[in-house]
Amino acid sequence: MQDEPTPIELTKSVADFLRNDITPLISGHQAFKLRVAINILDLVTRQLTREEGSDAAEVERLRALLGIDGSVTDLNRALAERIAKGEIDLATPGLAEHLWATTMDKLAVDQPNYASYKREQGRGG
Amino acid sequence: MIEAELSRSAQRWCKGATGVTGAAKLSGGASQETWRFDITHPDGVIGTILRRSPKGYGAAPTRAAGLAAEAQLMQLAFEAGVPSPRVMHVLVPEDDLGTGFIMQRVEGETIARKILRDDEFAAARPRLARQIGGILAGLHKLPQDKLPALRSRGATQEIAEFDRDYRSLNWPKPVFELALRWLRDHDPGPSGETTLVHGDFRNGNLIIGADGVRAVLDWELAHLGDPMEDLGWVCVNSWRFGEIDKPVGGFGSREDLFAGYEAAGRKVDPERVKFWEVMGTLRWGIMCGGMMQRFREGPDHSMERAMIGRRASETEIDLLRLLSPRGS
Repeated sequence: MQDEPTPIELTKSVADFLRNDITPLISGHQAFKLRVAINILDLVTRQLTREEGSDAAEVERLRALLGIDGSVTDLNRALAERIAKGEIDLATPGLAEHLWATTMDKLAVDQPNYASYKREQGRGG
Repeated sequence: MIEAELSRSAQRWCKGATGVTGAAKLSGGASQETWRFDITHPDGVIGTILRRSPKGYGAAPTRAAGLAAEAQLMQLAFEAGVPSPRVMHVLVPEDDLGTGFIMQRVEGETIARKILRDDEFAAARPRLARQIGGILAGLHKLPQDKLPALRSRGATQEIAEFDRDYRSLNWPKPVFELALRWLRDHDPGPSGETTLVHGDFRNGNLIIGADGVRAVLDWELAHLGDPMEDLGWVCVNSWRFGEIDKPVGGFGSREDLFAGYEAAGRKVDPERVKFWEVMGTLRWGIMCGGMMQRFREGPDHSMERAMIGRRASETEIDLLRLLSPRGS
């Protein structure tokens, strides 16, 4: 077991330093790049916070849908192949719910301000 | 310094020109650059734009029409009354500037978010969807016997191409697989008519002023194909910049777009438009994957490129909203 602070806490401290202390000092193209950098650190923090839980739920859904076991990567590959072959489609019970849940979990990390995501979140996650 | 070459060039083809000033690079990758500069002239300064591939970068990417074709298309559009900058000069070897062309600079805004938010454009915004319909109709009516040589692409070929692009990324995405299946199942087949297709007509590639659309830019993906492709692409959610209830670039409704198109004497096929909107959403998603791949493997190891890879999920949610909506 590694010591603390956790990676989440460490990443967040760097993002906060850049946001609060460095942003006021920088302008022009470098300021734009700094915003991108801060956005990356914020994304990493969100992923570190949420990934374990969302991956576990995703694996559980994929196991039920596919009837096989494996890592989240393997199971995603298997689902992609079955959809490509036409063995699973939107008429398959659970597929639409699974894709929606997985996609919402991705947006929560990638782009929580994306308008489509906010709209769908308003429908109850 | 590029100003010396530009100055010598301008004095050859622009009667009375005495030189150029204010040359500044606006954008540029390795193979293509855009510059702005002013031609000094006794009748007043002429604002201009240079689009070029620098020397040694002649070859265009496979999907691109090439700068010479782009110049020809913009000139044709200008002559037909489609808002477009006037092409002033196509570069020749004596210019020593590479390949490309010089066009008149059109003042206005291209940044989509500004056009959607700033007061300056408030009066124009509600009219834009209909105006865009009219412009697309004009563009699709450009005389085919005058067009430069362009690649020809129908729905079936595009599906196959995107399938191949997606698989080359080795990036298994169940939502993209679902979209590819949907596209195959809904492939409308060859279009009843083939026209010029702009290929990248969207909010962000239009110069807009308080009076509406002033110029259509970025003709590099022009090709021959189904005219409904342009109507679908302009509706892709990625180009609504947050205004998700206004499908046409965040400006207005499909009804307005279609009305403007039909008022200009052309017919809309809404089913085909929907097909191309799904296709366009997937297209942008796969392009995000391409950015990720270039970030990983290519020389452009920039943070911006990395973050575009993380925007593929935006197209996944938009594809689900199109293909498996959760009710209102």
